[in-house]
Amino acid sequence: MTASGAERGRGWRGLLPIIGAFGLGVLLLALFLALAGFDVTAALVALWRGAFGSWSAIASATLVRAVPLILLGLGFTLGVRAGALNIGMEGQFALGAITATAVGVHANGMSPLIAIPMVLAAGAIAGAAWVLLPVVMRLRLGVTEVITTLLLNFLADAAVSYAVLGPLQEPLHIYPQSAGIAAAARLPRLLPGERLHLGLPIVLGVALLLALLLSRTRWGFRLRAVGANPVAARISGGIAASGVFASALLWSGALAGLGGAIEVSGVSFALYPNLSPGYGFTAIAVALLGRLQPLGVVIAGLLFGALEAGAGAMQRDAGIPAVAVQVVEAVAILTLVVLARRERSSS
Amino acid sequence: MTLLALREISKRFGATQALDRVNFDVAVGEVHALLGENGAGKSTLMHIAYGLLRADQGTVQAGATATSGFASPRAARAAGLGMVHQHFTSIPALSVGENIALAAGWRETGARAERRAAEAIARLALPLDPAVLVTSLSVQLRQRLEIVMALAANARILLLDEPSAVLAPPEVRELLRTVRGFANAGGAVVLITHKLDEVFAAADRVTVLRRGVVTRTGPMANETADSLARAMLGNELPRAPRQRSTPGDVVVQARELRLGDAPPATFAVRSGEIVGIAAVDGNGQRALLRAVAGVNSDGIAGGALDVNSPVAFIPEDRTLEGLIADFSLTENVLLGLQDDATRWLDWAARRERTTALMAEFDVRAPSADVAAATLSGGNQQKLILARALARAPRVLVAEDPTRGLDIRATQAIHERLRAAAAQGVAVLMHSSDLDEVLELADRVFVMTNGSVREMPQHASRDAVGDAMVGRTGT
Repeated sequence: MTASGAERGRGWRGLLPIIGAFGLGVLLLALFLALAGFDVTAALVALWRGAFGSWSAIASATLVRAVPLILLGLGFTLGVRAGALNIGMEGQFALGAITATAVGVHANGMSPLIAIPMVLAAGAIAGAAWVLLPVVMRLRLGVTEVITTLLLNFLADAAVSYAVLGPLQEPLHIYPQSAGIAAAARLPRLLPGERLHLGLPIVLGVALLLALLLSRTRWGFRLRAVGANPVAARISGGIAASGVFASALLWSGALAGLGGAIEVSGVSFALYPNLSPGYGFTAIAVALLGRLQPLGVVIAGLLFGALEAGAGAMQRDAGIPAVAVQVVEAVAILTLVVLARRERSSS
Repeated sequence: MTLLALREISKRFGATQALDRVNFDVAVGEVHALLGENGAGKSTLMHIAYGLLRADQGTVQAGATATSGFASPRAARAAGLGMVHQHFTSIPALSVGENIALAAGWRETGARAERRAAEAIARLALPLDPAVLVTSLSVQLRQRLEIVMALAANARILLLDEPSAVLAPPEVRELLRTVRGFANAGGAVVLITHKLDEVFAAADRVTVLRRGVVTRTGPMANETADSLARAMLGNELPRAPRQRSTPGDVVVQARELRLGDAPPATFAVRSGEIVGIAAVDGNGQRALLRAVAGVNSDGIAGGALDVNSPVAFIPEDRTLEGLIADFSLTENVLLGLQDDATRWLDWAARRERTTALMAEFDVRAPSADVAAATLSGGNQQKLILARALARAPRVLVAEDPTRGLDIRATQAIHERLRAAAAQGVAVLMHSSDLDEVLELADRVFVMTNGSVREMPQHASRDAVGDAMVGRTGT
């Protein structure tokens, strides 16, 4: 009840369309599968089983997948709310992962209470550093961050290849991967025998914090003002729009970098090429489906995590290519875009 | 011979009956003025005639057959209609000739388009060079270009939607001469306006709209300024009496201030007075006002400008610069005051404050939580004014504070500005409507090409108008 009107109007009731749009996506997926001659029931059962069918499916697949999607979705949201489009989260994620690994492999003998924060902070700082160049180019030269952040993804990819074949390669120098990080640098698991790790509560904490910052603080107000109308923010609000824009983009990069660090220290325990199956891009879809509100992003991230977990099972059990689930993602986003347009024109 | 006839036209937008069984026609050789306040339905009616809107009921006849209206502006143009809109539609990066070719739908481009355009320009006897880029034209010539563009596809019926909004009085006179010439040559003109003097200067016939209903129609010979004003405004016309306040301390002092390469200006604005700047669009008034407001001093080339704070600013474009459309009223009122707020915002208190301001300034909205975009222009402007005065400013800078508002909202804004001055605020304002400047200001400055000149007390409207276009001492 304390958020302002426009921000509050998109509260819990605003989250229902997310689930509705997602449901419509699943429905259309079923229709397409039927038209393509697949066994729809078997496919949906497999999808469900892979995502929610067992305790283990939830705790070892769905939630584990959801962690980076939510975190990067929050990163994208933070940028967009200030008017910045960070298309480079894939690269910031990779830099976060590289840096976290570099710190993590040297954390032997440390207390986890020191090693874990160090690894996560290293990832976040590296992610922010990776957007520094786009920020400077935007503010000094007017080059749009869409291009620069996107292009840096390729450079980040090359950096990972270099790291796993060069300075960070495992001691035997056989495989293109790093050595395992120290046990002290690994995020504790939350449930015995399941892969779910401390990253989930961290990410939920970030979401809650971001929701509060955006809706209840002066900082969030300035950021939203710049994102909603940079001209009015400057002329009527006296807000230094470029500073706000820069800090939002840096924090967005930091969250993506943190995502890479959490993936290394909670899931992979080492650096590999292709550590991210495109989280940085899927997270854009997550953020949009979550209507650019932190709590919406959490829900959308969970749904996408379930979808990706279920897609694997669908491929295994029903022989349907995993990419078919992208139909759901696409339909869900398009549905919300249409809904948003209708809302705007009716108001 | 009637060229265009609208019969029993009705149009509803949501809860608003924009037009209610309106009849309107225009004949060969005639200038027919369509008079009314902002929001009376004038533009809606002409948009229906031009195929931009569909009527709910009624018929449109241009030529032999009556239809329920043109399906598109293209169809309207094919039937001989041309429209000049309130805002310029020419493309600055193209030449005059290319713009005309584009508007007329010719296939020619470049030099050939310009040759053909030269004929269209010659028919109207206008001083336009088809090879010149539009970006280098004066506002007045761009306006003329709009007319050529509207007529280029051999239109016989010209619809002019408030064409004088951006022009100074002498330029308006020339525009009206052009319009008259077109009518005398066998065309028909509909002149949409809310200015009585234009109607008297140019029209043969007048139709007055008020809240979507025709309140008066007939030849100009039967009309007086009083009869038209009453038809346009109804019987309520209480002009707020001028109460001149006694000026106090100097709160804005400019010394040897130079805008661009204009001669330096030295002037002062005192607390309690309203200083109005009269200027044709693009003569440096924007740079001066924004420098005083502390928003942007890029236009200042030298000299000193001392302004006592706090300064409040009412920008020209309320939806782009003044408000954040998607933000609630509460959030918009906080905008600009956020630096004085606590780190954690107390929205409950903010909402209460906004609700109180809304009551005080008569901002009509369901609640302080609705988005600013849902408000009418008048209520948006009242909200901006409320926010500006909530800052307890010593100086209030206002750009075109009533642009596009109806007469009631305009009067409310005027009263607030006067009240602010009476309480000791120094008000520095500009309006593109010269009459508004003359009505509000205790002192009038005229700006031409960046130079600032104070007009003598009681200077006549014509004297100010001449000074605005650089004609002095005539």
